[in-house]
Amino acid sequence: MQRSERRLPDESRDGQILVSGLTVAVQESAPGKAKLRDLIENLLPFLSLIILFIALCLLSPYFFTVKNLSSVARQTAVINIIALGMTLIMVSGGIDLSVGAMLAFCGIIGTMCLQAGLPVVVSILIAVLVGMGWGAINGLITTKLKITPFIATLGTLGVIRGLTLIISNGMPVVNVPKSFGYLGDGTLLGVIPVPVLLLVALALLVHYILKYTRLGRYAYAIGSNMDAARYAGINIGGYMVAIYALAGAMTGLAGMIESSRLMTGQPTAGEGYELKVIAAVVIGGGSLKGGEGTVLGTIIGAFIMSLLSNGSNLLGISPFFQQVLIGSVIILAVALDEYRRRRLL
Amino acid sequence: MREKSGDSLLFTHYLKISMLLEMRNIVKSFGGVAVLKGACLCVNGGEVHALVGENGAGKSTLMKILTGIIPQDSGGIYWQGQPVRFNTPRESQRHGISMIFQELNLASHLSVGENIFLGNEPLKYSAIGVIDRKSLVRQAQTLIQMHNFPLQAEAIVRNLSPAQKQIVEICRALASASKLVIMDEPTSSLSDKEARELFRAIGQLKQRGVAVIYISHRLEELYQVGDRITIMRDGETVYTGDMRETRVDEIIRYMVGRELRQFFPKEEVSVGEESLRVEGLCRKGVLNDISFTLRRGEIVGIAGLVGAGRTELAQAIFGIDSIDSGKIFIDGKERAINSPRDAIAAGLALVTEDRKSTGLALTLSVNHNITLASLSRIASLGRLNLRREQSISKSFVEKLEIKTSSIHKKVFQLSGGNQQKTILAKWLFAQARIFLFDEPTRGIDVGTKVEVFRLMIDLAKQGASILMISSDLPELLGMCDRILVMKDGRITKELIASHTDQEEVLRYATVGA
Repeated sequence: MQRSERRLPDESRDGQILVSGLTVAVQESAPGKAKLRDLIENLLPFLSLIILFIALCLLSPYFFTVKNLSSVARQTAVINIIALGMTLIMVSGGIDLSVGAMLAFCGIIGTMCLQAGLPVVVSILIAVLVGMGWGAINGLITTKLKITPFIATLGTLGVIRGLTLIISNGMPVVNVPKSFGYLGDGTLLGVIPVPVLLLVALALLVHYILKYTRLGRYAYAIGSNMDAARYAGINIGGYMVAIYALAGAMTGLAGMIESSRLMTGQPTAGEGYELKVIAAVVIGGGSLKGGEGTVLGTIIGAFIMSLLSNGSNLLGISPFFQQVLIGSVIILAVALDEYRRRRLL
Repeated sequence: MREKSGDSLLFTHYLKISMLLEMRNIVKSFGGVAVLKGACLCVNGGEVHALVGENGAGKSTLMKILTGIIPQDSGGIYWQGQPVRFNTPRESQRHGISMIFQELNLASHLSVGENIFLGNEPLKYSAIGVIDRKSLVRQAQTLIQMHNFPLQAEAIVRNLSPAQKQIVEICRALASASKLVIMDEPTSSLSDKEARELFRAIGQLKQRGVAVIYISHRLEELYQVGDRITIMRDGETVYTGDMRETRVDEIIRYMVGRELRQFFPKEEVSVGEESLRVEGLCRKGVLNDISFTLRRGEIVGIAGLVGAGRTELAQAIFGIDSIDSGKIFIDGKERAINSPRDAIAAGLALVTEDRKSTGLALTLSVNHNITLASLSRIASLGRLNLRREQSISKSFVEKLEIKTSSIHKKVFQLSGGNQQKTILAKWLFAQARIFLFDEPTRGIDVGTKVEVFRLMIDLAKQGASILMISSDLPELLGMCDRILVMKDGRITKELIASHTDQEEVLRYATVGA
């Protein structure tokens, strides 16, 4: 049975013609319907988010309050900023499991700088550069040592987390200036949380990179077919290192936002974040196989997850059950996406 | 080869008591578009039945229906006279139908024997499914020896040649007592010698009374293996007849529905200055002291068997594989080419043999594939000018007549020929002047082949230089000015295409000097 099904000639040449005939056919026979279906499918993650939002508004009086929403936004911002970088990485066919550890490392380094009396802006900058450095190292390990990113970053996850504990001696860094709190808890004009502002700015930046720059285009090409990209003269090693470094920089900033929210540098911060981040990208339409993913999708994915967890808290659903819920949503989202893709093939 | 099939022909006649398979008036449409409009196919026991037609004629759809992968809308399938309907591949297999796909489906890390009996392993303690390894190896060896196949039961499939892998698939069909084997383009990746090995194996299948449906674009080989032929066009069966009573031009006429008078649209192109010169190129164990020149407007062919180093030569020139020694001159100036990037900058383009693995980013759009190798040409201050990109892609789609409903369509949705044209567009936009074509027509139907040839001639007319690697000798003889024959990593002979023939080329390819 399995053997015969493996033999499905998905890619046989006539199959392709037939398939292109098929999609054309669908469009020609019922243009309106097919377009509507495409539109619904493309908007599905967005629609789910809206429905979730409305449902929570109806179910809990505490949900649609400035306090709650701004706290959701702040919480999501950290995951979401890392997820923006992860989108770049996953579009290019890579993955980074070390982001959680990196977040803690950068947070510790940054807060130690603050503790040593460096100005806030300089400390943040240092944390960003440190993250960029770790990202570059991840990129170099995967491209130069030719280790698959999953394994390479599984290794650096351990290394970075361990180094964080060594540097901090396992203790949080506490002596940070009050002004540092503005990064995580401040607001602009009294309403817009600073982390959300940063998220929006970075989202626009990453969207621009993906759409309008060579780096972005090459990320899609490398993720779609690395060999074809190489044959087209793309310097794959260089671009991969740049992508990981860029993502690392964003993780560094996220580390400082997290520290600012807690007003401490926590050596154990960010544990398990890598999975949340990857889940956000995947729910938003990114693929572990590369070549796919968008900024908007990732942001929606991240908000779906944070609304699920916030909603569960408000509705008194046990945190144990929350994990089951979020896990199921991930599987459901990816299954739907896979189904859609198969139908297109 | 011929003598052997003579024997089996008798045997075939003996078996022709009843029809093995009849597919009658098969209709299938997808979303309102009819792909099959009453296709028929009759296969007798123990015959090799050639099935031909251009891409999109419906051959693959018909085979998918036969193997239970997709259901037909109407029409009947009769298996040994009984009406049947296969809802899953498993059901058709149980009736004795097996299919060997182009992209072979072997477990490459397992041995030949393990592959032959995959899913059907001899068991020791059948209740808990322990494989009887000794019996497996013994049975596989018996099977291989009985047919005198060039295989070893314990060899790992990964290390086999493409032809040997095909033969493993044939063994699998033999071991599962198949009555009908479907082969889709089995020789597309084989050299002539390997193809002969395969034909011999097919002969063995026939002698066992196994029928074969043989799909191929290589018409000449059909005469070597086929007993009867069915030709499809636009979802219909337009011809069924005895192979030997059907002439090549008839086949082509039925396939394309028109006369293809000029198969090779070769034109006299005035040859200009030297554009590429390779001197003493060596890569240890692969290429040995390769020297040749290529001039503007010239098409030079590279002939040779699989493994002669032809693809490796193209990859070395294009900077994918490093070279140990030797020089490459472009327009008379020596250029160091250490990466595809250097090669592209020097005006080279490589149209690879395998579109899917090295030619295209399949999940990206036609638009993005066309500009991939030269994004700097549409970038200003690091920002890509998307509007300019789209107008460029549109103009290439029009110029090369790439059949696609939109430039935003993903490349995997295009047919093979249009994918090939997309690759050409990519290199044209990269302003390439020296084109290395590696098996440019592999797996492309007759009509599109001619189009690809025409594009090559147009390139030559505009002063481009073309190096064309092909295993198809008539194609090389028909298209090239000169032919370089390679054997074991060396150029054994340079021939003028108009003054040579297939036999001479083959002699230098097989025997050497």
